[in-house]
Amino acid sequence: MSAARSSTLVIVPAWNEGESVGPTVREIRAQPEGWDILVVDDGSSDDTPEQARVAGATVLSLPFNLGVGGAMRAGFLYAQRHGYARAIQVDADGQHNPRDIAVVLDGLEVADISIGARFAEVGDYSARGPRRWAMRMLATVLSRIAGTRLTDVTSGFRAANVRAIDQYVLYYPAEYLGDTVDSLVNALHAGLTVVQVPVAMRPRAAGRPSQNPLGAAVYLLRSVFALSLAITRGAASKTGVRA
Amino acid sequence: MIVVAGIAFAVLVLAIIVVMLLRRQLREKYATLWLLIGLALLIISVFPGLLLQLTHLLGVEVPANLIFALSLVLLVGVALHLSWELSRAEEEIRRLAEETAINRADIDVLARRLDATERAHKPRDANPSGTAES
Repeated sequence: MSAARSSTLVIVPAWNEGESVGPTVREIRAQPEGWDILVVDDGSSDDTPEQARVAGATVLSLPFNLGVGGAMRAGFLYAQRHGYARAIQVDADGQHNPRDIAVVLDGLEVADISIGARFAEVGDYSARGPRRWAMRMLATVLSRIAGTRLTDVTSGFRAANVRAIDQYVLYYPAEYLGDTVDSLVNALHAGLTVVQVPVAMRPRAAGRPSQNPLGAAVYLLRSVFALSLAITRGAASKTGVRA
Repeated sequence: MIVVAGIAFAVLVLAIIVVMLLRRQLREKYATLWLLIGLALLIISVFPGLLLQLTHLLGVEVPANLIFALSLVLLVGVALHLSWELSRAEEEIRRLAEETAINRADIDVLARRLDATERAHKPRDANPSGTAES
């Protein structure tokens, strides 16, 4: 349809974020670059789509909940169809500072995928126990595959150029951790490059991450499982777009 | 008596499968495994001696154990097949959901633009086409 105006699309996946999506979209619009904003409403039962529309975003309404992975692939598909050169994911809960969007996008100068990472020296964010081990383990293994040092691979604050968008449209799993870890492993196996950009994360505007030890242990197990599958899959078959 | 019951059951299973196939309520790819199971059931019901021979041949002590083992294998196969098909169907549904969402957003934009154009060309009518943005 219409040609992309600013050629950068900010994708905001939102599921029942009626309270925070409005302020987040307004904050992104307040940035001087004037990016197009696409809120992907992941089957919300509250007023998320209305709030997003009122705030001035284009809204993609999924008919039912698909999970972050599903919402993001819909966003990337939209970006591809509308000819955007770059797309960046920004969470609706206010965790990602819109002022850092430009910083993360700058990472695309040197790589296909740019990840805004939490504990790269900036800001204060801490995780403890099994959750921390899981993040360490994921970071270590993925750094190996990527050939560059990554510290925060589960960060949803990530940007993609055209090559990465095409790759994501082809393969972007909806499974647990699939949207962050599996999609990254697959993109790397397809020959894409990744870079990490340090950013500060803010406390979430609403809700908080589960911190109980059992949940964290389950998280560790599931991440080991997801990572092993992703790595095995990547080595076995090359399902990526050709460079 | 038990032989007759066995045969009747096997015939019933086969009949249900065939009827469902004829009515197009069961797709062929699912029917294959069920037909296999129904036929095996029928053969064993008609010739119980076959089961005894097979039990002997395979070195299984009790014929019933062979039946249980075989039915387990077949049922696991059916369950696995269904899970596989369901995963595929879910992926297809996901693609469709994404497509409909994008189509809806694009149609919204078009409807708004059409509205604006029509309003510009016919200033007397407030909303001639009746297409309002949702």
